[in-house]
Amino acid sequence: MKTIQINKATQQFLQVQPAHSSFSNLRKTGLEILEQEGLPHIKEEEYKFTSISRKIEQQIQDYRSASSVKLSADQVSEALFSDFEGDIIVFNNGRFEPSLSRVSDEGYTISTLSEAASALLGTIANPEADPFIALNNLFFEDGIFLKVPKGSLVQKPIFLLHFNQAQEGQAIHARVLIEVEDQAEVTLLENTISLDEAAYFSNTVTEVKVGSNAHAHYYRLQNENKQAIVTNNFVTDIHRSATFTTVATQLSGDMLRNNLSLNLLESGCEGNMYGLYLLNGKTHVDNHTNVDHTKPHADSNELYKGILADSSRGVFNGKIFVRQDAQKTNAFQQNNNILLSEDAIINTKPQLEIWADDVKCSHGCTTGQLDEEALFYLQARGIGKDQARGLLLYAFAGEVLDHIAYEPFKAYCIEMVQERLGTQF
Amino acid sequence: MLSIKNLHASIEGTPILRGINLEVKPGEVHAIMGPNGSGKSTLASVLAGREEYEVTDGSVDFLGKDLLDLAPEDRAREGVFLAFQYPVEIPGVSSTNFLRTAVNQVREYRGLEPLDAVKFLSEMKEKMKLVEIDQKLLSRALNEGFSGGEKKRNEIFQMAMLEPKLSILDETDSGLDIDALRVVSNGVNKLKSNENATIVVTHYQRLLDYIVPDYVHVLYKGRIVKSGTKELALELEEKGYDWIKEEVDAAV
Ligand SMILES: Nc1ncnc2c1ncn2[C@@H]1O[C@H](COP(=O)(O)OP(=O)(O)OP(=O)(O)O)[C@@H](O)[C@H]1O
Ligand SMILES: [Mg+2]
Repeated sequence: MKTIQINKATQQFLQVQPAHSSFSNLRKTGLEILEQEGLPHIKEEEYKFTSISRKIEQQIQDYRSASSVKLSADQVSEALFSDFEGDIIVFNNGRFEPSLSRVSDEGYTISTLSEAASALLGTIANPEADPFIALNNLFFEDGIFLKVPKGSLVQKPIFLLHFNQAQEGQAIHARVLIEVEDQAEVTLLENTISLDEAAYFSNTVTEVKVGSNAHAHYYRLQNENKQAIVTNNFVTDIHRSATFTTVATQLSGDMLRNNLSLNLLESGCEGNMYGLYLLNGKTHVDNHTNVDHTKPHADSNELYKGILADSSRGVFNGKIFVRQDAQKTNAFQQNNNILLSEDAIINTKPQLEIWADDVKCSHGCTTGQLDEEALFYLQARGIGKDQARGLLLYAFAGEVLDHIAYEPFKAYCIEMVQERLGTQF
Repeated sequence: MLSIKNLHASIEGTPILRGINLEVKPGEVHAIMGPNGSGKSTLASVLAGREEYEVTDGSVDFLGKDLLDLAPEDRAREGVFLAFQYPVEIPGVSSTNFLRTAVNQVREYRGLEPLDAVKFLSEMKEKMKLVEIDQKLLSRALNEGFSGGEKKRNEIFQMAMLEPKLSILDETDSGLDIDALRVVSNGVNKLKSNENATIVVTHYQRLLDYIVPDYVHVLYKGRIVKSGTKELALELEEKGYDWIKEEVDAAV
């Protein structure tokens, strides 16, 4: 057996672990994994560009979970965007805040994980796949279970809104379970608001099941404060003829690690992953995506694009796994980056493992600078340099946002992106 | 209108323009011809403000302003238009949005009100007729996937929209079939007036049957080595450049 040096971050977490949990099985496996493996150490292949344990050790003073903070209805409404009419599910430092949420229950139900006692919980996100899932298993106190029953078409999107503020850098462990039953449809939105500029460590696990012929869209914005350390573990099981699409826009944070996994479990299903990262300052964003084709005739599409300024750093790792059974798979992956500064870094790596022989699979990545020829062309037509740059960068970025099918949220993201491109870059 | 004096420019330390002198007055058409690599596009690019080129000597006066002192966008706003030899494809930027931004920024610079959507569209329709450009083309991303001829037509369309005082057409005729050539030159001729001037860079006399030049200049090794009237173009068509090259090289 290999001996592993358990790092300081792990030790600290183990010291303050809760004594019991309503989810004792999850807690137990989480604890075992952490005691054996620990959080990723520096040489860990999967985390080699993103030394998040060290980041936690440097920034986090208090490894206990942050308790809820004072939060007002005004703060919640300020976080909404124009034309939004759907329901709101508010989290306060990772805890469900029913009094500030707006839950109509129209076409879906919501309950706490402890009330729901769903057998699904913990079966989609495998703690052995990533120690941060194990960490969340050990620490989460409760969470929400959102269920869209069979055949239900939820008309308005549901907005998951996280408010984070931790004293002296504490940890926040949110947990979400979403079940979209057969033939149902839903659009989910997610945003995280940092209530102040202080550091915290947020470690979220979201499990999603998309049943047969069901359709789910998940659009998320990550725009946390410049100190935030975030690990986001998002795992989706997609069943027969179902589709799942996620579009993530990442704008800020100190160090963000997104582990996004789509499991295409039955034939005829489709998983789409789109991401846009606009980074500046010292922000470090690592997107590790994983799509697992297990059965024939399933499709996956992936497009991640990044614009990196200052001394920001991006990591893209796209794993496509096509199992022997998964004939007639179509899997496409693309990662394109523009570096605006000599100090910005991108590490991009496609990782294809294909065991079936009849598949269409393609991947590509590009990294370049802003196209100077194009810039000159626009200027030569009288367009000012800054605006020309903005136009070109937006043209590059817009391709990702075009996949947001819910217009008001798309407009909101576009506004944020354009503001960023106009001012900061 | 345009007065170029002893213009020297180099790229990455290599001198390309070695003392260009040229005077262009309102209402005139000047043709610039010359062998490949003689510096024609370089001259056009330097006038338009391309930053890769370093001007090492000389001056360019445009309507009383020091042109070399202006940013590329301000040159355009002052009324210089370059139709690119190789127009750039810009995916993701819609032709219409681009043009509207350009037109309104130019108008703003000239102290005019921006065109609203309706006025802009009607303006566009009118100018589209002039160069017989298809509406479908303009609903696409700028130049993306356009054929060579479509790109050239689009250049002239943009010129029509921006109403420049000095247009520099860099081989706008290259790659055009005779019908397209007729359409494009018709467009250019209709836009011509006593107030504006045109510099056409070309390899082919054929264009000059349509856009008749007042002067023809031969550029060779970064200098204008011969100037004449439109008859010079005919002579070049017939005899090629060798006799000029010999004359020049013998003199050195
Ligand atoms: N980026 C560059 N680096 C080095 N040399 C260059 C560069 N761009 C142009 N040149 C050189 O400058 C010279 C002039 O080029 P230019 O494009 O101005 O010629 P041209 O007269 O327009 O030719 P053509 O008729 O082929 O269009 C050529 O020798 C060319 O190789
Ligand atoms: Mg040329």
